[in-house]
Amino acid sequence: MATSAAQRFGRRLASSVPRRRFSSSAAAAAATGGSAVQRTQNPSLNLCSAINQALHIALDTDPRSYVFGEDVSFGGVFRCTVGLADRFGKGRVFNTPLCEQGIVGFGIGLAAMGNRAVAEIQFADYIFPAFDQIVNEAAKFRYRSGNQFNCGGLTIRAPYGAVGHGGHYHSQSPEAFFCHVPGIKVVIPRSPSQAKGLLLSCIRDPNPIVFFEPKWLYRLAVEEVPEHDYTLPLSEAEVIREGTDITLVGWGAQLSVMEEACLDAENDGISCELIDLKTLLPWDKETVEASVRKTGRLLISHEAPVTGGFGAEISASIVERCFLRLQAPVARICGLDTPFPLVFEPFYLPTKNKILDAIKSTVNY
Amino acid sequence: MSAASLSSAINAIRSSSFAHDRSALASNASHPSSSAFLGSTARLRFNPISSSAGRPRSSAAVAAVAASNVVKEKQPKSSVSGSNLLITKEEGLELYEDMVLGRAFEDMCAQMYYRGKMFGFVHLYNGQEAVSTGFIKLLKQEDSVVSTYRDHVHALSKGVPARQVMSELFGKETGCCRGQGGSMHMFSKEHNLIGGFAFIGEGIPIATGAAFTSKYKREVLKEEGCDHVTVAFFGDGTCNNGQFFECLNMAQLWKLPIIFVVENNLWAIGMSHLRATSDPQIWKKGPAFGMPGVHVDGMDVLKVREVAKEAVGRARRGEGPTLVECETYRFRGHSLADPDELREPAEKAKYAARDPIAALKKYIIESKLASEAELKAIDKKIDEVVEDAVEFADASPQPPRSQLLENVFADPKGFGIGPDGRYRCEDPNFTAGTAKV
Repeated sequence: MATSAAQRFGRRLASSVPRRRFSSSAAAAAATGGSAVQRTQNPSLNLCSAINQALHIALDTDPRSYVFGEDVSFGGVFRCTVGLADRFGKGRVFNTPLCEQGIVGFGIGLAAMGNRAVAEIQFADYIFPAFDQIVNEAAKFRYRSGNQFNCGGLTIRAPYGAVGHGGHYHSQSPEAFFCHVPGIKVVIPRSPSQAKGLLLSCIRDPNPIVFFEPKWLYRLAVEEVPEHDYTLPLSEAEVIREGTDITLVGWGAQLSVMEEACLDAENDGISCELIDLKTLLPWDKETVEASVRKTGRLLISHEAPVTGGFGAEISASIVERCFLRLQAPVARICGLDTPFPLVFEPFYLPTKNKILDAIKSTVNY
Repeated sequence: MSAASLSSAINAIRSSSFAHDRSALASNASHPSSSAFLGSTARLRFNPISSSAGRPRSSAAVAAVAASNVVKEKQPKSSVSGSNLLITKEEGLELYEDMVLGRAFEDMCAQMYYRGKMFGFVHLYNGQEAVSTGFIKLLKQEDSVVSTYRDHVHALSKGVPARQVMSELFGKETGCCRGQGGSMHMFSKEHNLIGGFAFIGEGIPIATGAAFTSKYKREVLKEEGCDHVTVAFFGDGTCNNGQFFECLNMAQLWKLPIIFVVENNLWAIGMSHLRATSDPQIWKKGPAFGMPGVHVDGMDVLKVREVAKEAVGRARRGEGPTLVECETYRFRGHSLADPDELREPAEKAKYAARDPIAALKKYIIESKLASEAELKAIDKKIDEVVEDAVEFADASPQPPRSQLLENVFADPKGFGIGPDGRYRCEDPNFTAGTAKV
């Protein structure tokens, strides 16, 4: 089910044009040629290959960029860094020992001296030893040095999210922790072509960024990805499906689940608008607000536990902005407030049926 | 003689595995640092490596061992002649049975995985049985063991029934953690197995805390006879992690009854230990913190046992921690999803030839401790135990769905009681994601 949705979803993306833009980024979008609208035959890639391509391009275009992390040299446990060491040499693509705190701290140092450091954390679950460095150092570097130094060249990539059999420590979604930290950006792609463009944007963005890759989609999501060097704008949400009755907001792999729910809801006559947030921090409030003003209802869905998840921030902000327009409480369909379980994963996750039920109850409020 | 052949193989192993460091080894041999650290009283009674008389002491491999402040005592009593064996018949059979159980269980895990009966990330212990058996068989039930994600065999050695471990792997209710932990999280209160940790290095501070408890009970609470020790197992990759160093410091500072056992199998998924570590000789990190560091051949269960006896004895007497580096090897890949393409076939073949079970079997037979028929009987018995475990796990029920919400907090259902007087998690909307908690 997830497979077909992801594939359908990916292919649909290739032909949809993002509707909302800020005027400042319209030029940028034009420059990228509206990445989604490629009519020539582009090779179909899965998510890990798209990320691999992005890394190849990033290292190619900047001689002072480096990729490092655990096991990246032979290609990584998810094969995202295949071929980089052979092509760019061990001086630029290298393994680190098993010390996440050291990896990120070391990356901050590299970035502070003007390099582009792409650090890989093998699973997002392992990012917590590095949390101190990210929150206390990376996020505050430019601020407390008065802009004398900055670690904008740092991008931290980590596979996150449920994978079906991951259990407690290979499935977590820690994006909410990082969204609470001013000074870093948090970006989550939903598909291969998005991932390539967003990753290149992140690497070239002058701010430290945590880039979470939905590991479930590494092999499952297949899409035509343009081969050239292109970037996608950060902090711009994308309306990937238009509707009039309810707005759904999500990111990453959860979007494919939400899209299935939207299709089912359409059969019941409910027209859903689906928004991919893409950048969680700083997030595009205007796009979501405009959509909620149109529909009057909002539903947010993410895999992370509901309490304190990023859905709470979105809900609070939208209620502040659209209080009189809302026709129903903001619904959050998220993971349960338990550690990510092993055998109970299907019950824990926000599945299509849970979302569908919430869509109906919100519309019929 | 089998004892000599077992122990002399150390030379070959060490010289090939530390090939890059041959010069370093040689220089260590000629100038072992002998300064005692201030306040350290660490002593090892014997040099565990050269247990075969007659091997020249000057060889680089032999001397590169043990703590800087170790006094090189007389040779141990056991010699090559076999007249003074390291183990009795009962001990020998116990060790053999334990190692065969570990091996047969792991092989069965692989089969079950490929048949789809278990899932997730499974890390098998084939080839490293000597370390688990060598240490854990010396422990009492009250002693604690902390392990890593490669923990099935540690659980079995510690006494957790094979049925419970297999059920846990299948995710069934009768598993040791009621199916909630899976392969990487084996716990047993009864046998004092304080887990399976998926995250490397996370278990070491926890083991340190457990060791502190035991020392506290003895010295402050004055509980009689409380000499429980804690053994923490972890790998070579973990030795580059900050938590490891923090705990070495704390353990030596407070003289905790803990043994840090490094299962150095030379590879951390695909990263060779030699390429990830500035000084690959992990045992040296012990003396840097003031505790003895010992290197032992981890493919030889008798060697490991001798070192373990000493280390456990030290801990029980209150003399503090020991760092033991067991050089061993995993015959399979890092996990069942690992294609294992990076390791040289020659390296794998060399270690496969030093299979600890085959070596112990040879020793037992050549020392006339037991006959081949007795060992074969043990093999058969273990096969039956493992088959029974699979059947039991198959027949066990899946855990009820309500178990998902249990044990998040201390109250049995988690999340407390709601205003309507019922457990919040029993609100039907709780799992629909729209409940207010």
